[in-house]
Amino acid sequence: MKINRRDFIRMAGITAVAGLTGAGTIARLKGNSLEAADYTPPAEALKAKHWGMVIDVSKIATPEDYQRMMDACHIPHNVPGFDNPKDEIKWIWADTYEHTFPGMEHPYMNPEFKEKNFLVLCNHCEKPACVRVCPTKATFKRADGIVVMDYHRCIGCRFCMAACPFGARSFNWRDPRPFINEAAMNREYPTRTKGVVEKCTFCVERLEKGEIPLCVEKSNGAIVFGDLEDPDSEIRNILASTYTIRRKPELGTGPSIYYVIGGGGHVRESA
Amino acid sequence: MYNGGKIIIGLLIFAALVTSPFWTNAGRKVDVPEPKVDTPAIKEAQAALGKKEVCVEPRSFMRGGHMQLLNQWRDSALRQGKRVYTNSEGRTFNISLQNTCMKCHSNKKNFCDKCHNYLAVSPYCWDCHIAPKEEERAPAVAAGSEMAPAAAAPEEAKL
Repeated sequence: MKINRRDFIRMAGITAVAGLTGAGTIARLKGNSLEAADYTPPAEALKAKHWGMVIDVSKIATPEDYQRMMDACHIPHNVPGFDNPKDEIKWIWADTYEHTFPGMEHPYMNPEFKEKNFLVLCNHCEKPACVRVCPTKATFKRADGIVVMDYHRCIGCRFCMAACPFGARSFNWRDPRPFINEAAMNREYPTRTKGVVEKCTFCVERLEKGEIPLCVEKSNGAIVFGDLEDPDSEIRNILASTYTIRRKPELGTGPSIYYVIGGGGHVRESA
Repeated sequence: MYNGGKIIIGLLIFAALVTSPFWTNAGRKVDVPEPKVDTPAIKEAQAALGKKEVCVEPRSFMRGGHMQLLNQWRDSALRQGKRVYTNSEGRTFNISLQNTCMKCHSNKKNFCDKCHNYLAVSPYCWDCHIAPKEEERAPAVAAGSEMAPAAAAPEEAKL
């Protein structure tokens, strides 16, 4: 086919016009969004710049104390109970001194502490290693310092589990549904599915309703929850007046969970 | 063409096999799915608002765009903490599949599954989200107690 310059320019012009208007039409048809639709945070939500916790270990003495807080978390959050420890899912649990504060044990230390269990959970780090390694941004840090997961995005690569120095993450090797007590299941809260990682959420779903985390509520004053960036908050008063330690500070992740080891009445008496 | 007869017969058999779903289904009447929106919660909302369409957005939009809306809801609530949705009429809703959507659409089998099965799509919502109990719903409807809080969901911010 022969084509002269004039025809070529004419065809190119018509094609360009058709292409541009066609794109506009498609965009208009595709524009399935709605006007006036708006998204806002709930009015009654608790707000903070950096949520944190102080745990007074002297106030958590008996195995029943740990169990009470673990149940308070695990049952409403539909955390499955696997009989095989290899499959275990845990959001909050108890661990030994050596595992909680490794490198700080010595042969002459107070046997009470050496044999004691410590309540541990996700540290909601200032610089969370799990967030850095997540390839899909399924794990992310919110503006209020809480490290949470979007399970929809989790591909189960378990990089976060390798990165987390606190073992705060659990992988669903099996379908968790059959291992959740059907009668106690919280039907207002989702479960997880096989192939995703899960962990403590600092009860973001409760903070949105203006409620404090479940473990804090059930701690009888052993855990204080508050805004680390508010100098007048109760948690800051405790941190300013009491000797507190964090887990593995040398790793530089900046945990937001502080431990009062000696006790001594600096943490409030009751919730 | 070498072995032409065999090739043509082979091609015909192949074409027949490939198109067999069309032949076997030809003329068979398959009803267009009609998802049921007659749950007690929806009926109460209709009575309270005095109109037929009481969902978060108009039916025409929801029919084609509920998946985009659900994605936007998920990202807004989970990633930005914005859990309150104000719709184009100014009504507000708590963003939650289990606690808002399914409180009205408590008939997953006659609502979600109707179209999803018809179109052979299987969204994996229910791997994690807990579907409403339907077997137990029928007697509970008569009692009415279970549906009372759900009925309040559409017209007010249930947070």
